Amino acid sequence: MPVAQLDTLVATLMAQAYECHGPVVENGAIVMRELAVPDGLPRGLQAEQAPGHYRLTRDPLNRYFAWANGPQAIKPQVFAPKESMWRVERDAAGALQFAAVLPEIPKQAIIGVRACDLAALALQDAHFLRDGRRDAHYAQRREQLFLVAVQCAVPASTCFCASTGDGPTPTTGYDISLAELAEGFVVVAGSDKGAAVLGALNLSRATPQQIDAAQQQGQAAAASQTRSLPGRLSLSGGNLRDVLMSQLEHPRWDDVATRCLACGNCTAVCPTCFCHAEMDVPSLDGQASEHERKWDSCFGESHGHLHGTNVRPDIRGRYRQWLTHKLATWNDQFGRSGCVGCGRCIAWCPVGIDLTEEVAALTTGEAHT
Amino acid sequence: MSTPTVHSIKPRVAVHKFSSCDGCQLAFLNLGEELLVLAERVELVHFAEAGALDPDTEVDVAFVEGSLSTPEDIERIQHIRQHCRMLIAIGACATSGGIQALRNSANGAEWVAQIYSHPDAISSLERSTPIASQVKVDFELWGCPVSSSQILAVVNSLLLGVAPHDNADKVCTECKRRNLTCVMVSHGVACMGPVTRAGCGALCPSMGRDCYGCYGPAENTNTDALAAQFRALGLTPQAIVQRFQSINSQAPVFLAAANKVKTR
Repeated sequence: MPVAQLDTLVATLMAQAYECHGPVVENGAIVMRELAVPDGLPRGLQAEQAPGHYRLTRDPLNRYFAWANGPQAIKPQVFAPKESMWRVERDAAGALQFAAVLPEIPKQAIIGVRACDLAALALQDAHFLRDGRRDAHYAQRREQLFLVAVQCAVPASTCFCASTGDGPTPTTGYDISLAELAEGFVVVAGSDKGAAVLGALNLSRATPQQIDAAQQQGQAAAASQTRSLPGRLSLSGGNLRDVLMSQLEHPRWDDVATRCLACGNCTAVCPTCFCHAEMDVPSLDGQASEHERKWDSCFGESHGHLHGTNVRPDIRGRYRQWLTHKLATWNDQFGRSGCVGCGRCIAWCPVGIDLTEEVAALTTGEAHT
Repeated sequence: MSTPTVHSIKPRVAVHKFSSCDGCQLAFLNLGEELLVLAERVELVHFAEAGALDPDTEVDVAFVEGSLSTPEDIERIQHIRQHCRMLIAIGACATSGGIQALRNSANGAEWVAQIYSHPDAISSLERSTPIASQVKVDFELWGCPVSSSQILAVVNSLLLGVAPHDNADKVCTECKRRNLTCVMVSHGVACMGPVTRAGCGALCPSMGRDCYGCYGPAENTNTDALAAQFRALGLTPQAIVQRFQSINSQAPVFLAAANKVKTR
């Protein structure tokens, strides 16, 4: 697909009544927002990322997708940060009437989704859409999604998706996937919906050289990543789950607790974190009440609050809960780690705590149980 | 016909002002139409700013704005406590002593002498202190000023007969729920959000600027780690002290954080 036809792709989706969301520069970062026009995508931007640090810079090659990722993945689009679940009202006879609140959600296309985001979405699906426990609010948003994925050609210093096996080239879970080369995009359809949209664009077939160049670009991007999580072979004590669970009393937890703010930002930007709190918001006249769900975090007090006690009163316990759930016990629940290597918890931690560095410190030396 | 509820007798409410700017009382007045609904459900006995004047009658709930700053304040808060079932302190002045508590760490008498031509006409205490320093407070609502939605939530809880929800989470939780970009990470500014109590809805970060801690300390704060990061961002020790010594300078957590930086 020629570079100039990226706008046509967005225009085609808009013509098919998709509300299109894509990269927009806002407050010094690339965020996903609704696009007003098809030709508004920012070009020539890169995102320099390091622990606790994110700055926009220029891409000398003037590409559309030379930035690795922004402060949020697809999570806010499917798992709303705050929404009403149901409403109760007192009717004229004084009886309580309950009604589910399921707002109309438009068809939504997201342009610029990364491989790590897709892997995270699959994990959110596993949680919210599991058999017998299907979350209606998540499901209706999820069903409306059309995903235009992009191969990451320029990973940030905080990225480590190659080591988790989730990127940088999208392999599944998308409707359309793009790989950006100098002369245009190598485009792949991943669903019937995606194939139908591509059909309307009348694209010529990519040459073997172009397909090869896209593959090599992905391999080079993987090779350029400097951070990693340890795999099975690099750990002397077995898999990461068992090794981490054998280190519950490691002094490193005390060390990280002196640096951690317990602000919960890592959990909010993590594309797989799904914890939420629910509360009732009564109307002032006392005749109705909304049951609201909102993002919660294991770094907050109420998350560890049980009747009469708090099981995680201090930062040490909260950080340990987050890390061991994400990287260890997640395996017990979902059959894999909850980390997709996007690096957001590293870049968006206000004090720059590096998960890969903490894991490295926790998995060396003798067991502390 | 209105539906009968358990609240067929309207609870009596008073709103009192101490040393303060009146901004928290405005959180009531700014309710607009909702204030009219509220007036249907409670009897506003005393609320000088809204017109009702009767500070001495027994009430069910007394909202108290402002800090204790004069000898007369000390007597008056005792009187109010004795004549209410429940006392709720609202705003930074009532919960931490407010901006005027900056004098607690200075020579207040000297300041008065510098500013007023007749310092002897000023009768103020050496220290500005929160309401809880003198009387039992049943619930504290932090913020400078508190927001109308906080006031509504408290009143609603009390009308339903449950304890108000005490949200001591950090501002970051509200910032992220609004899908805002962290100003500390993307601009390198010294944001107080990670140690500050939620309730404002991340108002300052929504305008692209740093939180300055006007809602006071959150639970489980790590002020040492934040101060260290402020240093890494290039702030001088004096600038870090000023971050913690602002609206809520006498909140114990912020005071300790500032003193620690000073003694380093």
